[in-house]
Amino acid sequence: MSPDVIAMVAATVLAAATPLIIAGLGELVAERAGVLNLGVEGMMVCGAAVGFAAAVESGSTLVGALAGIGAGVALAAAFGLLTVGLAANQVASGLALTILGLGLSGLAGARYVGLKRDPAPHLAIPGLTDLPVVGPLVFGQDGFVYAGLALAMGVSWFLWRTRTGLVLRAIGDDPAATHSLGLPVRAARFLAVLFGGACAGLAGAYLSLAYTPFWAPAMTAGRGWIALALVVFASWRPGRVVAGAVLFGGATVLQLHAQALGIGLPGQVLSAVPYLATILALILLSLARRQGGSLAPAALGRDFTPHR
Amino acid sequence: MKRTSLGASLASCLGAVLLLVSPVRAEDKLKVGFVYVGPVADYGYSFQHDLSRKALAAAMPDKVETTYLENVPEADSERAIEKLARSGMGLIFTTSFGFMEPTLKVAKKFPKVKFEHATGYKRAPNVSTYSARFYEGRYVCGKIAAKLSKTGTVGYIASFPIPEVVSGINAFMLGAQSVNPNLKVKIVWVNTWFDPGKEAEAAKALLAQGADILAQHTDSAAPLQEAEKQGKFAFGQSSDQYRFAPKAQLTSIVDDWNGYVIAETKAVLDGSWTSHDTWGGIKDGMVVLAPFTNMPDDVKAMAEATVKDIASGKVQPFAGPVTKQDGTLAVKAGETAPDPMILGMNWYVKGIDDKLPQ
Repeated sequence: MSPDVIAMVAATVLAAATPLIIAGLGELVAERAGVLNLGVEGMMVCGAAVGFAAAVESGSTLVGALAGIGAGVALAAAFGLLTVGLAANQVASGLALTILGLGLSGLAGARYVGLKRDPAPHLAIPGLTDLPVVGPLVFGQDGFVYAGLALAMGVSWFLWRTRTGLVLRAIGDDPAATHSLGLPVRAARFLAVLFGGACAGLAGAYLSLAYTPFWAPAMTAGRGWIALALVVFASWRPGRVVAGAVLFGGATVLQLHAQALGIGLPGQVLSAVPYLATILALILLSLARRQGGSLAPAALGRDFTPHR
Repeated sequence: MKRTSLGASLASCLGAVLLLVSPVRAEDKLKVGFVYVGPVADYGYSFQHDLSRKALAAAMPDKVETTYLENVPEADSERAIEKLARSGMGLIFTTSFGFMEPTLKVAKKFPKVKFEHATGYKRAPNVSTYSARFYEGRYVCGKIAAKLSKTGTVGYIASFPIPEVVSGINAFMLGAQSVNPNLKVKIVWVNTWFDPGKEAEAAKALLAQGADILAQHTDSAAPLQEAEKQGKFAFGQSSDQYRFAPKAQLTSIVDDWNGYVIAETKAVLDGSWTSHDTWGGIKDGMVVLAPFTNMPDDVKAMAEATVKDIASGKVQPFAGPVTKQDGTLAVKAGETAPDPMILGMNWYVKGIDDKLPQ
């Protein structure tokens, strides 16, 4: 492979990983607060539809991205009211949210099917972007990719370097104890859910504005579910979400390139590679922490109603 | 529902009077229902089927009344089909392969309702099947690709290794070989019918490996857009996707069900409908090639002539000799592949550089 092809493959790996990174980080924060939101796919696909619609109407990718975030937040708010406010079952509400999101997105996007617009602009720094291999990879991505990486650092810093982050993690582990300390359990959980929705919406907007710049119903094609699985895979750590997304995105992209290169293996075998790689990584991870026990937030998925 | 019950109560009170007064009642119209697996706005398979529903409604506005259900999951389709049958439909089109068993089950319960199932192979006294010879269009695409490719390599994005897809690849290759025996076709299996992101990645991979023309047997316009972005060419799928890639689309294999849907409905109306199987191609107008664009006039003329020859029967995509990848002869010279062979195709023709899992 020529350096150009290597650079192109590396750049597409990062592009394929970006929606998983962004949506995964959002879900990670919600789950760290103890709320399991299975509606990532629904919020993501709504973000894609609304983001694309807003971008077409306004002509601005930024407005589209913000609208996508808004759509995710709105759906997450409905989920938050149900599960945090009314202590409804989180699994059932999350599944309902996915179905609702898929339906709503079809409705919101109906008028925009078949339209096309230019993809989000890529960064271009004269001199730097033209460097071989590293140039396009480090200095030639679109805004969403940088936003995703910045988000990973931000979330990591927030959860382990701030007092609020500590409180959030404590709530995810023991809401009753944090409540008795006078900390706002339900408000924090609600905000964490909203943050998760914002990220899922942004990830969806990335798909319809940058990755494949058009809207088609159900275009997320299961990426929301993969993001959910990534959070578990990453044992609720932001850095590992990024690593897992790059691993999964990389395996997906590389097997397509391997097929195009014609290495003589049936495509169906190669298609299984991303999943095999994920299983292998999971085994290695669990071997490494044999004495540690579960890393999930202790109160994940459990609702909390303060006694009055 | 409300209107019917109101009508019923009115009829019971003033039955005789009403019968005299109303000239044509709604029940005199044939109700025709359509069940789609995807959204009607997919600009692909379901969209094309809905065009035929609209054409039917426009052709016989005073004789038929049409209804459709979209986004019907195959696993849950029995309920949807039964709902339509229960609501007084006379003819129901179920348009996805996965609707086959549910259609047969419902058809058994409603023997008076006629059913039309697309792309299936099981029939019943009140269930017909129909499909299109999409491979004929792929043969034309293969010839165009062989003429236009400068690198001598064409990329093919495939969904699942089922006979329909494999026969499409073979027909494409045979068409290409009739122009340039050395043309290479690189195949990437994405194992999905619809995932714009993955289809775009596959397109990128193929273009990076030197393909300058893309063909696809998946449903999104993402590969076309990728070709457009890189200044390369591509063929559309199911529907005319020119709007997505005005500088890249060469043509598109369009499913046109209008003629079939209208003819079958007419047959139900005049009582001549019987259960049968239809496998129509370019000749029957079921497979149509979108306008040939982004190519020189001589290539366009060749493509148009090929379409004409396939329609007249002069050209058969699977006319012998057809050699399998392993060198054995599948179709002898002077013969053409029989339909069951095409419908069950699970081998590649010679010249394809890919392995098919068995």
